Amino acid sequence: MNDRLKTLSRGIIDVSPLMIPVVPFGIIYGVIGMELGLSAYMTFGMSIIIFGGASQIVLLQLFSGGASSLVTITSVGAVNSRHLLYGAVFSEYLSHLKLTWKIILSYVLIDQAFAVSNTYFKQNKENEFKHYHLLGAGFTCWTIWQISTILGIVLGSVVPEELGLSFTISLTFVALLINDFRKFKNIIVMFVSGIVATIGYNTIPFQAYIIVAAIAALLVATLLTLVTLKKN
Amino acid sequence: MHWSTIIYCGIITYLTRFSTLFLLKEDILNDKTKKILSYVPSAIFPAIIFPPIFLDSAGTIDIENNPKILAAIFAIIIGYFSRSIIATIFVGLISYWFLIFVYYQ
Repeated sequence: MNDRLKTLSRGIIDVSPLMIPVVPFGIIYGVIGMELGLSAYMTFGMSIIIFGGASQIVLLQLFSGGASSLVTITSVGAVNSRHLLYGAVFSEYLSHLKLTWKIILSYVLIDQAFAVSNTYFKQNKENEFKHYHLLGAGFTCWTIWQISTILGIVLGSVVPEELGLSFTISLTFVALLINDFRKFKNIIVMFVSGIVATIGYNTIPFQAYIIVAAIAALLVATLLTLVTLKKN
Repeated sequence: MHWSTIIYCGIITYLTRFSTLFLLKEDILNDKTKKILSYVPSAIFPAIIFPPIFLDSAGTIDIENNPKILAAIFAIIIGYFSRSIIATIFVGLISYWFLIFVYYQ
């Protein structure tokens, strides 16, 4: 097996365990898209065009609340701002690549792929084909996400609305935060965001409550970071 | 929902992934910026989580007899101890079903 293929399959193997929670997440997304009355094409199209679970579910939630396009797009941008960090960290390993590679790899630079490839890159700096690891990990995520979206779309047409599956939107986002529950400062930031959003839901115009809450919480996060840095 | 909204969201999502990878030659974000960016999920996800749990369909805060609050607390407890995404979602959903179909009936 040549080095490219070896690195590519290593990426696929490394990311596979992280795909287990992606499957129910994708199914939930597909089911909710159908319950909100989107067409199957649109629900699936979002998975191809956006390819980001959190962004797609935020988009659905704001759509069901009647938010304008501008607010929706800004909120999706806010949810995605964490990706700026991923690109910045990877630029150290990937800046020598051709533009075509950067264009392809950016499309699949999602949380799970970042997590496993970041570990691999740190340990295999000399591997000249290390970007194949991200290619393998990223497109594994992509394939699993598309398949589980389709499963959700199929299930969405048979699952009764009484089951209250829209509650799983909240639950999936709770689940995405589990690693931060043990960090006291993160918990403060979470409460600021949640409380501002709940109070602001009716008072902040244009359904901009997610953006306002995020800005308020990030300000608190900045203050907490500055205070801790000063102490050290 | 318009296709144009989806396409714009796709473009902005793509740009957040592409921009720093394309623009930076090396990792130049300082530790302070990275630390603050690491708070982004904690700063945004609760804004998505809280309103549908605490507000009823009329948009007023509903704390009594609210099965979603209890189910979310169960999910958080399980998430805290198991650190499993799947267990968190399923425990939350199953306790929600128990509350609405059995307990509150």
